[in-house]
Order: sequence, then structure tokens, then C-alpha cells
Amino acid sequence: MNKKTPLYNLHIQHGAKMVEFAGYQMPIQYKSGIIQEHKFTRENAGIFDVSHMGQLFITGSDQLTEDLEKIFPVNLKNLKTNQSKYSFLMNEHGGIYDDLIITKLKDSYLIILNAACKKQDFEIIKKKLDGKYEINLDESLSLIAIQGPKAKDVLGKVVSNINNLKFMNGGEFEYDNSNIYITRSGYTGEDGFEISIDNQKAEKFVDRLINYGAKLIGLGARDTLRLEAGLCLYGNDLDEKTSPIEANLKWAIPKSRVDSNYPGSDIIKKQIDYGVKTLRVGIKPETRVIARGNTKIFDQNDKEIGKVTSGTFGPSVECSIAMGYVENNYSPTNTKIFLEVRGKKVPANVCDLPFYKKNYVKGEKNV
Amino acid sequence: MSEAKFSKEHEWITLEGEVATIGITKHATEMLGDIVFAELPEKGTNVEKDGTAGVVESTKAASDVYTPISGEVVDINQNIVDDPAKINEDPEGAAWFFKLKIKDASELDSLMNKEEYEKFAKETSS
Repeated sequence: MNKKTPLYNLHIQHGAKMVEFAGYQMPIQYKSGIIQEHKFTRENAGIFDVSHMGQLFITGSDQLTEDLEKIFPVNLKNLKTNQSKYSFLMNEHGGIYDDLIITKLKDSYLIILNAACKKQDFEIIKKKLDGKYEINLDESLSLIAIQGPKAKDVLGKVVSNINNLKFMNGGEFEYDNSNIYITRSGYTGEDGFEISIDNQKAEKFVDRLINYGAKLIGLGARDTLRLEAGLCLYGNDLDEKTSPIEANLKWAIPKSRVDSNYPGSDIIKKQIDYGVKTLRVGIKPETRVIARGNTKIFDQNDKEIGKVTSGTFGPSVECSIAMGYVENNYSPTNTKIFLEVRGKKVPANVCDLPFYKKNYVKGEKNV
Repeated sequence: MSEAKFSKEHEWITLEGEVATIGITKHATEMLGDIVFAELPEKGTNVEKDGTAGVVESTKAASDVYTPISGEVVDINQNIVDDPAKINEDPEGAAWFFKLKIKDASELDSLMNKEEYEKFAKETSS
């Protein structure tokens, strides 16, 4: 039996079509459909139930910071309290077990994990920390994202002072006589927030956001939004056999960590110094044909050079878009490639990511 | 023009003389969701009853379109190729897929009428 999130009843009330995802019953779309939900998020404010994702809290002293740096290729010593970084849980071969967001709290760390990976991540991290710290995959909290240009206005009516938050920063805010933790972040290419809130308070909270004009958005639009924004989906675009360098996510590994130890660090350093065989790229088919995951990629001489990992129709860019891995010499922008869809070779071009670009808000004070 | 008949693959068909017009049902578009791509057979090709004669893709997945009757493709609806969203707007009207010059009108006999199809659609989708 699949688990339900605390928002399950609300999804049903709003006409959601529910599907199984990572062991949970989740909304794929609501009545208006994926394209309308996608556009609403880009123009207004969309609410996403991401309560299936893992919220891992690890509590400890300065030693914890050092021990976590042995696990994650990120500079935690320089991280300020309430600052977030995108990082990876990696294996010894430099492959990715999961991609995640790590936030420094007052005397702990909060790590947001993908739903399908969270249990395995928990076991791996727990084992590596060797019982030295309190570690809790907290199931008593829901996670709600609100995304879009009006997210700050809608959320601002329910929670005070959120406009001071800068992108990739978080903080505690008062709501309904208790504290909730909010970060300014997201997975859509829009300004937005993620709110960690007690399960019992989640439905009422979302109801209030809806009353101020936000709408529930399903996993279908979440996927088209993230793909337009050029963001990876674990399991499609990232896996245990792919390194962050191959995934073109080198930016997430700070220079200060390249020479230090973490799982797979020797391989990552080699890949940075000597290059990689395959690289993740953006792909634009020349027609409306959609190249979904596992579509084979060929060069002009019919040589197979890679495969697509995600592909869809981008409702905001109004064309077919995809991401995939190609041999390194085919990775430059505008390289002509061919996608094999239903036996036919469809011409396409390697292109820059993201497909859709919007500036993230850096906090009202800095604008 | 004849009354519409329906296939188990969720196509509709009407007949005028020996030319049949074929499209997908409203029920099919509701199951598919937002359609973003359509591929139709080429004019002049021959298609066989129950064979594939096109593709539609929604934001979620690709589905084959079958022809409920054999014949030669005499016309295709380029409007739905250029703007596939039209299929969601008026699937059983303006958004027809292709027209066939048919060989054997008796092939229509095995198809469902509107009432039978509605019952079938309800049963298979629940």
C-alpha cells in the first residue's frame, strides 16, 4: 500500500489524478491539466506538495561540520547559518547516489533528499557518521513548495517578513503560534520558497495559500517546469554511474574542495583535470517530435553517440526540449545531432541550458 | 454523412459516400491530457484496419493512433499537426485526423455506436 502525504485529502478535493511515485500516492495533475498548471506557475504562484521528499536533520558540534565534509563535496566551514548549498551523496566511483540541498541550521544541518533515495541515503550517511551524532529522517514534517513570480506576495500574506530571505537562504518564521522553517529555493526556475511544517498544520496552511490565489500543481507540471529550467531529475538525468562532472554540474563542487577527501574525490579530480568521455547537454529537436528518456542519439554519419535522459514539450518555450548525454566532442552548442524516434532520425541541435531563463530574486533588500 | 461509429482504440469514424473521416474521441483526449504532438499518415498511402496510422503525444506519453478501417489516405488535417492543442479543444469535430477512400464498408459493422462506446469507455476507464 502506497503512503499518503498529509495533503492527500486536499489533492482529492481539488480533483487530482493520483499516481504512485516513490512509494507515495501523489498528484500527477489536477483538472486544468499540465500545460495550464505549468503556465500558472510561471505567471502566478503554484503550490507543490513535496512532502514525500526526505527531511534529514543531523545535530552536532563543529566536529560534525568536518565529518560531513568527508561525505559531501561542499564547503560547509564557510557556510553561514541558514545558508543552503546544492550537493551530492556520492559513491567511491564518483557516481551519484542522490542530489540534495544541505542547509546549515543553528547547531544542526538539514538535508533535503529525493523521495526514492531517502531511505538508502539515510543508511549510508548514518553508517558514515558512525553513531556520533543524532540523525533523524523526520516524518512528522511536511514539505510544501510555492513557486512563481507571485509566490512572495501569496506567502507574505500568510507568513510575515519572508521578503528579506535571499535565494538559497532560509530561516525560522512564526506561523500559528509556532516556528516553521522556510528556505527561498525551488525546482522550477522561478522565485519561490520551500516550507517545512508540522504534518498537522500542513493542510490548513496550504488552504490559506489557495485562498490568497495560489493553485495546487501536480508532478506533471513539476517535471516540465524543471526541465525548462535545465534542472536534473534524479533517476533520469543522474544516477549511480554518472558523476557530477559528466552531469555538467562542476559548478556545485567548490574549488576549495577539489583536492580534499570525499567519496569519489580522486576520480572527480581526474575528471576535472583530464576531462570526461560523456557530458550532459541540452537538446532542441528541429520539429515538434518529443524525444523521451532512452532515445538514442546519433551523429551525421549514423554513429551512436549517446542517449536522451529527459524529454518533453516545454509549455513556456513552446517547443520540444530534451536533455541527454553525448560523447564529449559533440557537446559544443549548436552541434547537429539526430534523435531516433519511432525508427526515424529527427534532426536536433545541442543547446545551452536552461531552455527558460528568469532571474532569481536575491531578496528585496538587494534588488 | 453517416452517424459516427467508434473503435475500442478510441477512434471515431464517419462515412460520406466512400470517404471516411477518422479522429480520436473526447474520452481519449481526456485520458491523454494536453496533446503536444501529432503525426499523421502520408497522403496516398494505404492503411489496414486496426493498423497504426499516426501518433499523438501528450505531456505525459506517446500513443499510437489506429485506423478502424482499411483504405487509401486522401486527406490529412495539417491544422492539428501545426497546433496539436486543437485536438483537446474539438476532438470530435474540427480536429479530425485523416480521411480515407475506403475499400469495404462492411468493416464498419464490427464497430460500436455512440451508446455502446460510451458504455465501453466508462467501463474501461474505471
